[in-house]
Amino acid sequence: MTTQEELPGASGTKRFLYVNRRAPYGTIYALESLEVVLIGAAFDQDVSLAFFDDGVYQIVKGQDTKGIGMKNFSPTYRALGDYEVTKLYVEKEALEERGLSPDDLMDITYEDEDDDWAEKPSIRIVSRSEMTEIMAAQDVILSF
Amino acid sequence: MPILHTVNKSPFEKSTFKSCLDHARPGDAVLLIEDGVYAATKGTAAAGLIAARNGDLALYALGADLAARGISEKSVIEGISVVDYGGFVDLVAEHDVSQAWL
Repeated sequence: MTTQEELPGASGTKRFLYVNRRAPYGTIYALESLEVVLIGAAFDQDVSLAFFDDGVYQIVKGQDTKGIGMKNFSPTYRALGDYEVTKLYVEKEALEERGLSPDDLMDITYEDEDDDWAEKPSIRIVSRSEMTEIMAAQDVILSF
Repeated sequence: MPILHTVNKSPFEKSTFKSCLDHARPGDAVLLIEDGVYAATKGTAAAGLIAARNGDLALYALGADLAARGISEKSVIEGISVVDYGGFVDLVAEHDVSQAWL
C-alpha cells in the first residue's frame, strides 16, 4: 500500500538511520554503507548515521591505506555535509572500549543553511542508552 | 616446534584472537594482520588478553594494516613488534607450521 504520505518528499519525510558496526577495510560493509548513504541522500529524507561497536573505527583520523593497496575512503565522510547528511551519532562506550576519544575522530562538519552557513560539527557523541533512543525514534533502520 | 599464528579479526567483533591465545604455546609467534591489528592498540578492553601473554609469546603486527586504520606505532602496545610484508614472509619461513585464525 502506497499513500501520499509515504512517498519521499511528500507531506512527511521519513527518518532513516544507517547503523555502522564494522571496521573499515577488513570487510566491505563500511564502504557499502557509505555508498548507500550517498545514493540515499538524493531522496531528500531525514538521514542520520550511527557508529558503534567496531563502526567507530570508520571515522578515525589518520588512515593511510597506501601500504595495503586499497582505496582510503575515509575522506568521503567529510563530504557528507554537502549531501545534507549532518547527523553522525557516535557511541561513547564504543570509543572507550577501544581506547579512543572524540579527539581521535576526523573533523567532520557541515554548513548550517539556517544559521548563515556557519560551520558546525556533524559528529555527536552519545551514550549507549541515548543510542537506543535514537534507534527507537526512526522510521527505517538500515544496518551494515 | 614453535608455530606462527596469524589473526585477522577484530578482538571486539569475534573471539578469534582470544581462542588463538588460548591455544598458543609459549614460544609461539602471533602475527596480527588486517582487522586483527586492533588488538595491538593500547588502552582497549582487549589489552588484558595481550598483557597476560606478553613475554611468553612473540607478538607482531603488520605495519601496513596499522597505518591503513590510522593506528600510529606509538599507540601499539610495548612488546609487539611492527613488521612489514617482508617481515611477514620471514616469519612464515622461520616457522615450520603456520596457523591462520580466520
